[in-house]
Amino acid sequence: MMPAVAEERRASRIVGVEFPFGHAFGMPGDKAMQRRVLELALRVLAGAATFGTRVDVDIEWPVPLREAYKAWQPKEASPIVRKLLATSRPTNSEAAP
Amino acid sequence: MIVDSYRFLPRSFRPIYEGRGPFPGEEGPVWAPFEKRLASARIALLSSAGLYIKGRQPSFDLEREQTNPEWGDPSWRPIPADLGSDDIASAHLHINDEDIRSDPEIALPARLLDQLVAERVVGSATAEHISVMGYQDRSLEGWQNHTVPELVTRLRDQQADGLILAPA
Repeated sequence: MMPAVAEERRASRIVGVEFPFGHAFGMPGDKAMQRRVLELALRVLAGAATFGTRVDVDIEWPVPLREAYKAWQPKEASPIVRKLLATSRPTNSEAAP
Repeated sequence: MIVDSYRFLPRSFRPIYEGRGPFPGEEGPVWAPFEKRLASARIALLSSAGLYIKGRQPSFDLEREQTNPEWGDPSWRPIPADLGSDDIASAHLHINDEDIRSDPEIALPARLLDQLVAERVVGSATAEHISVMGYQDRSLEGWQNHTVPELVTRLRDQQADGLILAPA
């Protein structure tokens, strides 16, 4: 979900997906999407020639952004987010993965 | 097509993740060539979605995280590769896990890996896959000193040739 962070953290092989948190392999029930991601991950695992190889999956999340952005977040903010909100009081309710 | 790593992240949280660089001591490359053909390799899966087996394994410790928000459970759970989806539960305070509970394959695609083994794309799957909690204490002390060495031993015991790490 955050391949740029994986690069910064020096992961040796990376597959990037532009999916909401909690959905590493795709939509529930969408076996074709899940297979595309897993097969690419396996190909990068076995076939990457150099450290830092990154390949991104060209799949657009099939849910409108606003809806998907809300859907992945827990119904109650996580403890650390509640703590951060209590100290910074941002205007929007937000959560961290 | 380049993935936008921050598309689904609240804007104010982006600085928490962006531009932080490697962890101290992890600046150099770590590389292990994959020497086998995939069709003869044994593959393991690891999910950080906080999965565990209903009724047979304890949940990840969410109560402690509730009282100590900067702590994350560093323990791990072996998930038998032949475990049915109905037997998988999840414990994670940072995501809505409804979709994972309805289809655990989106976090740990064990059935799909079995299918690729049956099709001879992959040689075999390990007898167990691994579940961890993605939210961790920032020091990573428990993770680095205990969890990772235990996982490496477990995966080597099962003769894993490769591991697919799947963040939640």
